Amino acid sequence: MIETPGQIKPNSNYMKVATMAEFLAAGKEPEVLFWVGCAGSFDQRAQKITKAFATILEKAGVAYAILGKEEACTGDPARRAGNEFMFQMMAYQNIQVMNAYNIKKIVTTCPHCFNVLKNEYPALGGNYDVIHHTTFLQELIEQGKIQFTDSNEWKGKTIAYHDSCYLGRANDIYEAPRKVLESLDMELREMKRCKSKGLCCGAGGAQMFKEEEKGDKRINSERADEAIETKASMVASACPFCNTMMTDGIKNRNEEIKMDVLDIAEIVAQAIK
Amino acid sequence: MAWIAEIIFGLITIGSFFLFGKNLWAIRKNILLGKPTDFSGDTAERWKQVALLAFGQKKMFGNPLVAILHLFVYVGFIIINIELLEIIVDGLSGKHRAFAPLLGDCYSILINSFEILAGLVLFAVIIFFIRRNFLSIKRLISKDLNGWPRSDANIILIIEVVLMGLFLTMNAADPETNFILSAHIKPLFNGLNEHQLANIEHTAWWMHIIGIYAFMNYLPYSKHLHIILAFPNAYYASLEPKGKMLNMESVQNEVLYAMQPELAPAGAAAPDKFGAKDVMDLSWKNLMDAYSCTECGRCSAACPANLTGKLLSPRSIMMKTRDRLEEVGMQIQKNPNWKEDGKSLLHDYISVEELRACTTCNACVEECPVSISPLDIIIELRRSLIMEESNAPSEWNGMFSNIENNFAPWKFSPDDRDAWTNQA
Repeated sequence: MIETPGQIKPNSNYMKVATMAEFLAAGKEPEVLFWVGCAGSFDQRAQKITKAFATILEKAGVAYAILGKEEACTGDPARRAGNEFMFQMMAYQNIQVMNAYNIKKIVTTCPHCFNVLKNEYPALGGNYDVIHHTTFLQELIEQGKIQFTDSNEWKGKTIAYHDSCYLGRANDIYEAPRKVLESLDMELREMKRCKSKGLCCGAGGAQMFKEEEKGDKRINSERADEAIETKASMVASACPFCNTMMTDGIKNRNEEIKMDVLDIAEIVAQAIK
Repeated sequence: MAWIAEIIFGLITIGSFFLFGKNLWAIRKNILLGKPTDFSGDTAERWKQVALLAFGQKKMFGNPLVAILHLFVYVGFIIINIELLEIIVDGLSGKHRAFAPLLGDCYSILINSFEILAGLVLFAVIIFFIRRNFLSIKRLISKDLNGWPRSDANIILIIEVVLMGLFLTMNAADPETNFILSAHIKPLFNGLNEHQLANIEHTAWWMHIIGIYAFMNYLPYSKHLHIILAFPNAYYASLEPKGKMLNMESVQNEVLYAMQPELAPAGAAAPDKFGAKDVMDLSWKNLMDAYSCTECGRCSAACPANLTGKLLSPRSIMMKTRDRLEEVGMQIQKNPNWKEDGKSLLHDYISVEELRACTTCNACVEECPVSISPLDIIIELRRSLIMEESNAPSEWNGMFSNIENNFAPWKFSPDDRDAWTNQA
């Protein structure tokens, strides 16, 4: 039984994140389902992004739930690799689960999950209002549900935002992540290729799960060079895969350069009241 | 015997249009070898795409300088072709400048503006020739263009210079006129008598019109076909978000019937083929894309795989698709019952290594000024590789089995999916 879904348990240093099953058992409905995604669930680096976003949701008083163990891969990497059967299997399974819970609204920190849930599940019977976490954050900030501390540590810091392909070109979301950074009074520096011309980090199309084909440079090195050229003090990402690629790219390119790659959610979480 | 010239002109005109129509019809037939595909959706939105992307050349303005030069050639070419109307009337009637008496003062305004446009076209085309051949612009010196494609591009530019030159020469040699640009060429003909001038004018006139007919009939063999197909291609371009992949309803149903057999209709047959192995397996829009491609290479210049030295080049995907389609079309023309020649687009034209390098980032789709999607073709070929040939790198096979068994692309226990909630 949950009394106050989405609240940090007193006397506990870990979060209590309610699942859909728990909401259902309590006879309640959350405002939004937080679709965590595989990277956000299992990848150690991406887990930090997940936790940062969950913390924000709690502080903003959003009643949210996760699917927990009932969540499964959307099928995106299988579909993009060409394995439509596997994609359809996963989609079938996920849609069955979500429709059974009568899910209406989904927020996710992964642009790949976002794209599949928003654009590709409707044809298969999964109709939800799907929103990416950067858009969600921007809305919470505009509504005043997220407020920043007066000693906001990001103020005046230079930052380069790396556009995720599946957020940007795939879904025309360019402004929300930038507006969030601007609301923190950060100084945005654009890379040579940005927005609709943004350069891929190299992870999409299931490349994350295989070695790059042979060439004369790694894609993430090329993108890391563009980020380094901006001379910004840090890089913002909005995708767990971009985050990994950019972090590795910058590290491999120049050991000397200390350029943190943080997700928009992590940046917000550190400044939130 | 004056009517002989008119008859010859008439025959050349009819022959040119007939040949052009015949070749366009053959291209239409080739395009329709592709599979039907759904183009429902807002017609108003589609016409908006035609207005913005085709007429307005919106995508070209990523580089305003090149866009303006291209606009000179495009506008010049379309408007100067109004002059073609008069030429045909003159040619068939044996008159000289048939429109002049009809239009009065407007006539010289019209021809003056044609001449200005011709000058702008000449200027732009010469700059394009220099860019293509003397400046090392990566997308223009790329190995994609080695051989015929590079010659094709230069032939087009040279024909345009010659046509504009002949148009101006023809006007300059006409002693009765004094138009804005050709007036400056007149001194070249100083000292020639009336008869000689008339000969020059006639020769330039004939060469100009025959040149235009030849150019028109060159189009179906050339990358320059984009001047026609850019329009329907913009109309039929996807209205969906770029991230949305085409759903395979056949596979969706297979899975549905496997999970809920009660829904399976009696005698439901499994689809005979998954994805595309050859051009006939692609949609007709994919095939029209191939004919619309003018090989500018903006896609490849933006492709993350291509610009880091991988084998993949979206432009070359389009060029190879057209090459294969023309080969198949030719064989069907010879033998309407043609089924196969032991070759296919996949493997014989486009290699596995190229397909494997794609990150599906949509940069190529975003860049294309004529609304082509190389990504659609890449995905369809990938589907054939995986679902027909089980041809995947071992890491991908691992990823597939992880998704199947652990519901995640990595080998983690599904029980740990929410483990992050228990960490500080």
